[in-house]
Amino acid sequence: MTFLWTALVVAAVAFAAAKGRMAEVGAAAMESAGKAVALALALAGVMALWLGLVKVAEEAGLVSAVARVARPLLSRLFPEVPADHPAMGAIVMNVSANVLGLGNAATPFGVRAMQALEELNPRKGTASDAQALLCALNTASVQLVPATVIALRAGAGSAAPAEVLGPTLAASLCGVTVAVIAAKLLARVWPSGEGGGPGGRSDP
Amino acid sequence: MRAALGLVSAWIIPLLLAGIPLVAVLRGVKVYPAFLEGAKGGFETAVRIVPSLVAILVALGMLRASGALDALAAALAPLTSALGLPASVVPLVLVRPLSGGGALGVVGDVLRAEGPDSYAGRLASVMAGSTETTFYVLAVYFGAAGVTRYRHALPAALLADLAGFAAAIVVVRLVFGP
Repeated sequence: MTFLWTALVVAAVAFAAAKGRMAEVGAAAMESAGKAVALALALAGVMALWLGLVKVAEEAGLVSAVARVARPLLSRLFPEVPADHPAMGAIVMNVSANVLGLGNAATPFGVRAMQALEELNPRKGTASDAQALLCALNTASVQLVPATVIALRAGAGSAAPAEVLGPTLAASLCGVTVAVIAAKLLARVWPSGEGGGPGGRSDP
Repeated sequence: MRAALGLVSAWIIPLLLAGIPLVAVLRGVKVYPAFLEGAKGGFETAVRIVPSLVAILVALGMLRASGALDALAAALAPLTSALGLPASVVPLVLVRPLSGGGALGVVGDVLRAEGPDSYAGRLASVMAGSTETTFYVLAVYFGAAGVTRYRHALPAALLADLAGFAAAIVVVRLVFGP
C-alpha cells in the first residue's frame, strides 16, 4: 500500500507538471481531504444503526443459532478436523459471524481457529489444507447485509441504497465457491509434505 | 432474476430491523441498552477509517485533476470496456485486496463522481461488498498462528477475489443493465 499510494500521488504531480494543471491538482488535494471526512460522517449513522442491531441479535442468541445451521456444512468442508475439536467450534463461529457482517467478532474467532488448527498441523509453520481453506473462505466474504457499502451509497444520495444487496450476495457466493474449489484443487499443487515437488501427494 | 433480487434487496433490511428486536424481546434481552452499546462501536468504526479515506481520496482526487485518470481510461478503454469494467472502477480492483479503508475511499470517489445509481456506482458497490481485504486477512490469520509458509492460500484467495469481481460485473449487468 505504501508503494501504491506514493506512486499514485507522484504520478498525479508528474502528469500535472506535464499538462500545466498544478493549481487544479493542489486544489483537488485540499478539497478531497475535506470530502473524506464528510464521507466518514455519512457512514457513521448507518454503521451505528447496523452494529446496534447486530449487538441485539448477538444477545438474543441469534449468532449461535446461525452457527448450529452452519456446523454440518462446515464439518464436511473440513473433514480432517475432528467435529469435537475446539478448532471446529471456532471455525463455525468465525464463518457465522462473517455471514452476519460481524467483522470485529469474526476476526477473534478466526484467529482462535487458526491457532487451534496449528495444534492439529503436523508441519508447524507451514499452512495446513484446513488453514488455507479457512483463510480463503474469510477473504471471499459472504455477508447477508454489506452494511458499509449501503451506508456509503446512502451518504452519496442514492435513490435505493440497498438495491445492491441481492447482487452482492450473488457475487460473493460465486467468490466463495471459487475459494473452496481453488483451495481444494491447489492443495495438490502445493503439497504439505516435505520434499514433495508440485504434483506430489499430501499426507493422508 | 432482476425482480427476485430486487425483492430480496428491498425486504431484507426492514425485516431484520423489525425481526431481530422482536425475537430479542421475546427472549428477554434488554434491547435498547444492547442497541446503544453496539451503535457506539459503529460510530467508532467510522471515525477509525478517516485516515485511510483521506489518503485514498486525496490521491484519487489529485489523479483526476491532473488528467492522468482520463489518460489512463483512454489508454485502457479497449481492454476494460470489453470486460464491462468502467475506467473509474479499475483502481478498486487494484486496491481492494490491499486495503479495506482504501477500497471504501475508491467506492466513495466513484459514487461521488458518477452517482450511486450509475452502472459504475452499482458495480463498485457490489465489488466492494462481495470481496475482502485479502492481504490483511492472510497477514492477521497466519501471523496469529505462527505460520510463515502460506502454500496455496494466497493464490486461492486471489482467485476468489477475481471470481467475485467477474461475478459482480455479470450480476450487475443482468440485474440493472449496463
